[in-house]
Amino acid sequence: MEKLSGADMLIRALQDEGVEYLFGYPGGAVLHIYDALFNQEKIKHILVRHEQGATHMADGYARATGRTGVVLVTSGPGATNAITGIATAYMDSIPMVVISGQVQSHLIGTDSFQETDMIGVSRPVVKHSFLVKDARDIPETIKKAFFIASSGRPGPVVVDIPKDKTNPNDLFEYKYPKSVSLRSYNPSQKGHAGQIQKAVDLLLKAEKPMIYSGGGVILGEASNALTALTRELGFPITNTLMGLGGFPGTDQQFLGMLGMHGTYEANNAMHHCDVLLAVGARFDDRITNTPSMFCPNAKIIHIDVDPASISKTIRADIPIVGDVGVILKEMMDLVKNKRSKKPNKTLISKWWDQIALWREQDCLKIKRTAEDDQIIKPQDGVKAVYEATRGEAFVTSDVGQHQMFAALYYPFDEPRKWINSGGLGTMGFGLPSAMGAQVAFPESTVVCITGEGSIQMNIQELSTCSQYELPVKIINLNNQSLGMVKQWQDMQYEGRHSHSYMDSLPDFVALAESYGHKGFKIQSRSDLEPVLKEVFSIKDKLVFVDIMVDPKEHVYPMLVAPNGSMRDMWLEKGVRT
Amino acid sequence: MRRIVSVLLENESGALSRLIGLFAQRGYNIETLTVAPTEDHTLSRLTLTTVAGDDEIEQITKQVNKLVEVVKLVDLSEGDHVERELMLIKVKAGSDQREEIKRVADIFRGQIVDVVHDAYTIQLTGTSEKIDAFVKALPQGSVAEVARSGVLGLSRGEKALSI
Repeated sequence: MEKLSGADMLIRALQDEGVEYLFGYPGGAVLHIYDALFNQEKIKHILVRHEQGATHMADGYARATGRTGVVLVTSGPGATNAITGIATAYMDSIPMVVISGQVQSHLIGTDSFQETDMIGVSRPVVKHSFLVKDARDIPETIKKAFFIASSGRPGPVVVDIPKDKTNPNDLFEYKYPKSVSLRSYNPSQKGHAGQIQKAVDLLLKAEKPMIYSGGGVILGEASNALTALTRELGFPITNTLMGLGGFPGTDQQFLGMLGMHGTYEANNAMHHCDVLLAVGARFDDRITNTPSMFCPNAKIIHIDVDPASISKTIRADIPIVGDVGVILKEMMDLVKNKRSKKPNKTLISKWWDQIALWREQDCLKIKRTAEDDQIIKPQDGVKAVYEATRGEAFVTSDVGQHQMFAALYYPFDEPRKWINSGGLGTMGFGLPSAMGAQVAFPESTVVCITGEGSIQMNIQELSTCSQYELPVKIINLNNQSLGMVKQWQDMQYEGRHSHSYMDSLPDFVALAESYGHKGFKIQSRSDLEPVLKEVFSIKDKLVFVDIMVDPKEHVYPMLVAPNGSMRDMWLEKGVRT
Repeated sequence: MRRIVSVLLENESGALSRLIGLFAQRGYNIETLTVAPTEDHTLSRLTLTTVAGDDEIEQITKQVNKLVEVVKLVDLSEGDHVERELMLIKVKAGSDQREEIKRVADIFRGQIVDVVHDAYTIQLTGTSEKIDAFVKALPQGSVAEVARSGVLGLSRGEKALSI
C-alpha cells in the first residue's frame, strides 16, 4: 500500500472526496499542508484576503451548488477569523468543512505562538468538530467530517490538525474509506407513515390552508416536490427569507415572503389560516412575531429533518421528522390517490377571494411624490437589476434594508439562486458569498446586492476577485447610512440617529478601478436602466455599481412588535393596520 | 419539575465539554452531574439532574440527542426508577458530640469510614432527600466538609439503557 505523510493524506482525502475548490489562507501551522497542495493540480486553491472571506466563499459555493464548501486556515488568528463565517453557516445549516491548523501537539496548552483552542472556540457554532490526535486517523476523519456536514440537517464541521500530524517525514499507509457509519449519528430519512396520512387528511379538509416553507426545502433539494404538491392542492404558499426560490416566486399561488418584512397578503394569510403546513422552516422569531398570538386558529403540520426544530417555539399538532423531499413525495402520492376527496373547491375559492382582497393592498408599491421623480428608491435599484438579469441571476446580499428590498423585489423562480445570511445576519457576507457562487458557476451572472455599510466589512476581497478574474456584479445601494439601524431609530428612538450614518465614504468607483475592476455611479432614476444594461453586458469583469438611493426610505411592511401578531403591520411611515 | 437524564456518550475527549457547553449555551441549568466510563470502555454514562417544565425537557432531550457523540438518552424521571447519591461528609465530633453523631449516622445507615480524635468521616448513600435530611439532623455547626457524587439512576424492571 501507498505511504503518505499526514499532509499528503489530507490533500488526497479531499481529492477522493471530490473537492474542487479550497478557500484558504496559509500560515505557520498549515505550511506542511500548503506544501502538499503545491504538488497537485486537482484541487484549486483560492487565496483570500481575510479568513472570514474564505468561510463566506465556501458558504456561497455550498449554497449555490448544494455541495460541501471547504476552508483551510491556520491556527490562532486564522482560526478565530473564520469563526463568524462558521457561525453564519451554522445558523443557516450550510454544509461546510473547515480545516484549521493547530500548533504542534506538545505545545498545546502552553500558550504557544498562534495557539487558540479552536475546538473550544468553535464549539457552540459547529455541528461537530474533530481534533486529529494521530495522523493515521486523517482519512477517516475527513470522511466523517464530510458525512456529518452534508447529511441530516447540514452544518459546518471543524477538523483541527496539529502541525506535527502533517509532518512530511512521517509516512503512513493511505486508504480512503468508501463509506463511514457512526453508531451515535443516524439522521432519520423516512417520515412516519401514520403521521403523513394524518397530515394529508387534515390538509384535504382545510378551508383556509396555508403552506409555509423555509430553507430546509432548498437544502433538501425538495423544491420540485414542494411545487408539485402545492400545485396539486391549489393552496397559497409563502416562503421564508431562507426559503425563497423553493416555490417559483412569480407563480400566482405565491403570496411573497412572510415575517418581519413579509407581504401584507402572506402575513395575513398566515394569521387567518386554519391549517398550516410548515415545511423545512423553524418558526424563527422573525416569522412568528409574538408566539402566543401566532396562527390562533390553525392546526399545524410541521415537517423537518431536525426533531429539535419541531415544537421548539410553536407546538406542532402533527410533527413529521424526516427528509422533506421524501415526505412531500409520499404526501403527493396520498393526495393523488384520494382524488375524490380533493379540497372542497368552493371553500378554497372563498379563501382565495379573501387573499385577492389582501393583495389589493399592493403593499410593495413604491411610494413616490412628484418631486421624487428622479430620486432613486432602493426598490427601483433592485427592480432594475431584476429586469436587466431577466430574473435569472444568482443574487447574494449582505444584511440590512437592501437585503429586505432584494428579497421582496427580486422574485426567485428557482432554488439556490438567492443567497443571504438569514439566521446570523452577517454583514460582510454578500461579496465573498457571491465569489463562491461565481467560482462554482463561472459563466453565470452573479450579483451582490449590498449597501455601503456591509460592503466595507469584506471589501478587501475585491483583490481576490482581481486575482481569480471573478466577474461579480456589485450593486451598492448607497444611502450613506446604516439603513436598517436608522429605520429602527426613526421608529423607536424618535429619530435619534446614534452612529448610524457612514461618514467618510470612499469613492467606490475609483476604489474598484484601483483593483483593476470597472466602476459606475448612478445618481438619477432615468440612468438606471441604460447603465445596468451596460453593466450586465460586461461578462469578463467585476463591475462595482454605486447607486445613490433615497436615504429616507424605510422597508415596509413591517410587523408591529412587541405584542403584535402577524396581521399587525406597519404599511408605510405612520400607517399601520 | 426535577428531571434525571441519563446519557450514553462516546468516551472521547471533547464529548463532555460539548454536552456541558450545550446546557450553558441554551440557558438550561444543571443541578448535579456525574460521569464515568461503563463496562464498555468506549462509552461513558452521564447522569444529570435539572429542573425543567415539559416543553423545556423535550427541547433539552432533543438538543442533547442531536450531539453527534450522544449514543442514547433517557429521561429516567418519566418512569419508575431507582436513584442514589453518595455523600462523604466530614463532621467535627468532639467528645461531647461523638455519641450523638454516631447515633444519627446509624439511623441513616451511614458508615464511618475514617476516625480521628475530633472528627468522623461518614459515607452515606440514598436519595438526595435522604442525604439532605441527614445533613440537617447533624448537630448544628458540626459539618466540616461535604462531597456529594450527584445523582445516579437506573430505570426499574428489565429495560436497560444500552446499545
